[in-house]
Amino acid sequence: MSTIAVIDYGMGNLRSVSKALEHVAPDLNVVVTDDVSVIRSAERIVFPGVGAMRDCMLELRNRSLVEIIKEVALDRPFLGVCLGMQLLLDYSEENEGTEGLSILPGEVKRFPKPLIDPESETQARLKIPHMGWNQVKQSDHPMWSQIEDQSRFYFVHSYYVVPDSDDEVAATSCYGFEFACALQRDNIFATQFHPEKSQHAGLQLLQNFTQWNGK
Amino acid sequence: MSLAKRIIPCLDVDQGRVVKGVQFVDIRDAGDPVEVARRYDEEGADEITFLDITASHEGRDTIVHVVEEVAGQVFIPLTVGGGIREVADVRRMLNAGADKVAINTAAVFNPEFVREASNRFGSQCIVVAVDAKRVSADGEPLKWEIFTHGGRKATGIDAIEWSQKMVEYGAGEILLTSMDRDGTKQGFNLPLNKAVSEAVSVPLIASGGVGNLQHLADGVLKGGADAVLAASIFHFAEYTVGEAKAFMAQQGIEVRL
Repeated sequence: MSTIAVIDYGMGNLRSVSKALEHVAPDLNVVVTDDVSVIRSAERIVFPGVGAMRDCMLELRNRSLVEIIKEVALDRPFLGVCLGMQLLLDYSEENEGTEGLSILPGEVKRFPKPLIDPESETQARLKIPHMGWNQVKQSDHPMWSQIEDQSRFYFVHSYYVVPDSDDEVAATSCYGFEFACALQRDNIFATQFHPEKSQHAGLQLLQNFTQWNGK
Repeated sequence: MSLAKRIIPCLDVDQGRVVKGVQFVDIRDAGDPVEVARRYDEEGADEITFLDITASHEGRDTIVHVVEEVAGQVFIPLTVGGGIREVADVRRMLNAGADKVAINTAAVFNPEFVREASNRFGSQCIVVAVDAKRVSADGEPLKWEIFTHGGRKATGIDAIEWSQKMVEYGAGEILLTSMDRDGTKQGFNLPLNKAVSEAVSVPLIASGGVGNLQHLADGVLKGGADAVLAASIFHFAEYTVGEAKAFMAQQGIEVRL
């Protein structure tokens, strides 16, 4: 049976991700694990995460997971979610500056304060975190199969990614300004929003991941 | 194109069963929180909030099972409130599949708990529930205070200052209930909502008093709410969540349809 490894480093709600994967692919073996050998033998990898960037990096190091994540991110379908996307970049402004995994070139910035709504005549201030359902403008990628462009997904974050290259932007969303909300390179796909909490569109994206060959 | 305002149905759960009466027409068991949550999900609810009102300590475990079961079938954000008093309670709810917890009375007695929970799990999953009641007389400048124990005990704490303090301590969201309006069906307390919304940088969920769809729209348009929470208008099948969204969209509010 084909295995999807959900990397467990003690951060966030892994149950949601694994439940959603089990829901869309009952025939697959979904394991939540920090076991290097299990991760290495899995066909697909999901890298989730919520919380603070520095704590996440610390946990990854404590559990000796940094090397295996860099290894599997090279050669098989790999899905980063939320902080699991931000961690892939070089650097984040969070916690007075935190080094990331440097798997994708780029950095993570905080939404500016105050964040003014450009569409508001009264210069209304936008709330941070960016929390709730926002529209996602897709680029061409097999992971978007059967998902209508501009579908809404569930977001909750105060930091956003800025990749070095626009070629790696797989989708954008708008909150005060347009920002990258999904990244892609080769076998890697990553989202700022939570597909496991985004009802139909999110489940379709996860199903697409279970069928994606990473090309 | 922008972020949608959220509609959040709220279920009161006592010992694993939905109480306050939920009267769906074609649902097998309206007391089963899983069935009710599934229905709201199908209708297009943006999140679901469970309020555990179980008084007994032994009955508390049942809410964990409810959350586990709902989280396996309903793939939208879930919030659990009621009886969240220590970090272990937060961890238990998140492990069961909740995305956020709402901390209420415990925050008043021990504000450091909010900081501790937020540092450990991230502010995105910490909602602070603020129950406010007007204390100013007619003709005086408006003033609201925090009340605990279901609105029975005054604390002398100013509601707006308290909300700001909770955000400093790490609240990612404020769930604001007007104790004057709760259960009245007269609509949200709009001046209170607006005052808190403008005072804090995080999203505001308005709660307490919704009796019709115009009340929901007013919460956003006049009260500055980022999300609106309601119980009875959805429970008694007066309106579906879908109808509420269609109504709000007609009034120019961005919603997820």
